[in-house]
Amino acid sequence: MAVAFEKARAEGRAVLIGCMPAGFPTVEGSIAAMTAMVSAGVDVIEVEIPYSDPVMDGPVIQRASDIALAGGVRTADTLRIIEAVAGTGAPVVTMTYWNPIERYGVDAFARDLSAAGGTGLITPDLIPEEAGEWLAASEAYGLDRTFLVAPSSTDERLAMTVGHCRGFVYATALMGVTGARERTSDAAPTLVSRVRAVTGLPVGVGLGVGNGVQAAEVGRYADGVIVGSALIRCLLDTPDEATGLAALRTLSAELAEGVRAVQR
Amino acid sequence: MSAPTLPANAGSSPDSAGHYGRYGGRFVPEALVAALDELDLAYRTALTDESFQAEFGTMLREYANIPSLLYRAERLSAEVGARILLKREDLNHTGAHKIRNVLGQALLTKRMGKPRVIAETGAGQHGVATATAAAYLDLECVVYMGEVDTQRQALNVARMRMLGATVVPVTSGSRTLKDAMNEAMRDWVANVDRTHYIIGSTAGPHPFPAMVRDFVRGIGVEARQQSLDLDGKLPDAVAACVGGGSNALGIFHAFVPDDDVRLYGFEAGGDGVETGRHAASITGGSSGVLHGARTYVLQDEDGQTRESHSISAGLDYPGVGPEHAWLHDIGRARYAPVTDAEAMSAFQLLCRTEGIIPAIESAHALAGTLKIIPALTAELGRKPTILVNLSGRGDKDVHTAGEYFGILDGEQA
Repeated sequence: MAVAFEKARAEGRAVLIGCMPAGFPTVEGSIAAMTAMVSAGVDVIEVEIPYSDPVMDGPVIQRASDIALAGGVRTADTLRIIEAVAGTGAPVVTMTYWNPIERYGVDAFARDLSAAGGTGLITPDLIPEEAGEWLAASEAYGLDRTFLVAPSSTDERLAMTVGHCRGFVYATALMGVTGARERTSDAAPTLVSRVRAVTGLPVGVGLGVGNGVQAAEVGRYADGVIVGSALIRCLLDTPDEATGLAALRTLSAELAEGVRAVQR
Repeated sequence: MSAPTLPANAGSSPDSAGHYGRYGGRFVPEALVAALDELDLAYRTALTDESFQAEFGTMLREYANIPSLLYRAERLSAEVGARILLKREDLNHTGAHKIRNVLGQALLTKRMGKPRVIAETGAGQHGVATATAAAYLDLECVVYMGEVDTQRQALNVARMRMLGATVVPVTSGSRTLKDAMNEAMRDWVANVDRTHYIIGSTAGPHPFPAMVRDFVRGIGVEARQQSLDLDGKLPDAVAACVGGGSNALGIFHAFVPDDDVRLYGFEAGGDGVETGRHAASITGGSSGVLHGARTYVLQDEDGQTRESHSISAGLDYPGVGPEHAWLHDIGRARYAPVTDAEAMSAFQLLCRTEGIIPAIESAHALAGTLKIIPALTAELGRKPTILVNLSGRGDKDVHTAGEYFGILDGEQA
């Protein structure tokens, strides 16, 4: 993961992080989708473990997660998908609500994620105060820890949260759930500079990016541009898989061009 | 880790981060932490603020018909072989214990300077109570309700709309209470600056479980004193239904230090816990994280929430408040499932013997009580006195019960 950020920094641009739920639309289909994203220029793949009650996510990710779960995807399948996508050479980070990890066993999951070639976890509903087991397991297996910071985080909490991160920090750019929006957030640049004041870690910005122009805009001030719903929608609103994959490649390429359009 | 113990001379209370033993806590997006901290401060300030307590007390007394009565159910008692005392929360304004919690939280909302409240509702009782409090205190109100529940509880949907609330049917997931709670959480994350989320049970992230418990614990405080006034002694047992668990904690809490008073929580057993179609999170679930807290959850092997099933919309929830999880683990309260059929039989019994139509939720408490009478009688060597929380009235359930008993003219299947 650090390599991806260093490489992008050397090129004077932000890293493009693309998110896709594991097992959506099927296990094989999600591997094909993520592989297509990598070949179209997405730098880092964020594999979301589908969860029945994704309170941080908007309707697009919830629908995709429901489809994956209805298809019977298991946590073990997610690990298999991570291994396959890591085989492309792109760093693969996992995003997950906490209960599936708690159920799998925190230490066991860290062990298996590491063995599958995953770089670490983004944990949207785990704050450092509740993360004792995960802090220990991530140390034991050398995994990155990405906690979220928000515009509403106090300076004290922000410093504490960032202090527990490793790899990169996830800045939730606006107060709301995931989903592409017409405008990205004004609060994001302020939040990113607050994070930079307390850490040298790269800062990824998520929530709201849906096209190349927005990717360029966010890439101007963030180290990582995180895109989920807009990519997922390519596979939701599609008559067949081939058309969906083509749309996914096109959007991935547009976003990749977006982050390269600005020199920092 | 040493076994959790009860704090001396008090009821149960969490640590400062909201943990009851290993349960509770905060499993939430960081975006909500500031709002939870703000709420925690406002709530803790209110606990010791005399003007808040006075205003809350006046609202309960003059507006909500509280304290509620303690009623000796003599015909029922004769029928079942135990002395049954009913705490008549069904006679509160809006028809359930829920009004206590919403008036407390709505008043806090005003104190925090927020103009808007949101709520999730299952049976609709909490939604109606919230809409009522919002009308009473001039707050904007949006209620999220699973689409399935809007159909099961159409009258309550109409009630909320009459009271000026916006009701949003939730079509994601199982389209019931848990999904309504997801949508309310999403709304809250997006609008937290001007919105308070009035959670309807002793569930959710800290400080909700403790705060809701404190707003409803008057049920037990009143009932304990009423029992002493009536009998000069405490009841042998206290019984309540448990979904999220607010009415149960409300009546249990004041009795927790009374070691001789047995506490029984009855969960919704649906078709029977063994069938998998139930809502008994403690007796049929396992430890997990749901809706912001660690507690007992109905979940599959991968930690995906399983759908719950109950004839009672208000108990149809795949989790339970963390304080119940803890009371269960330390053995202070006992939890057992009651099936739909057992609950409906008790529902009918109360209608016929006392002229009281209970909420189907409360019928679970009564049905469970009937099941423990023989063992309790044997244990005590005499007829037991059991205090049952009649947490709500059955007006909202008339259609469901009418269908169940096949007594609706022209609607026989």
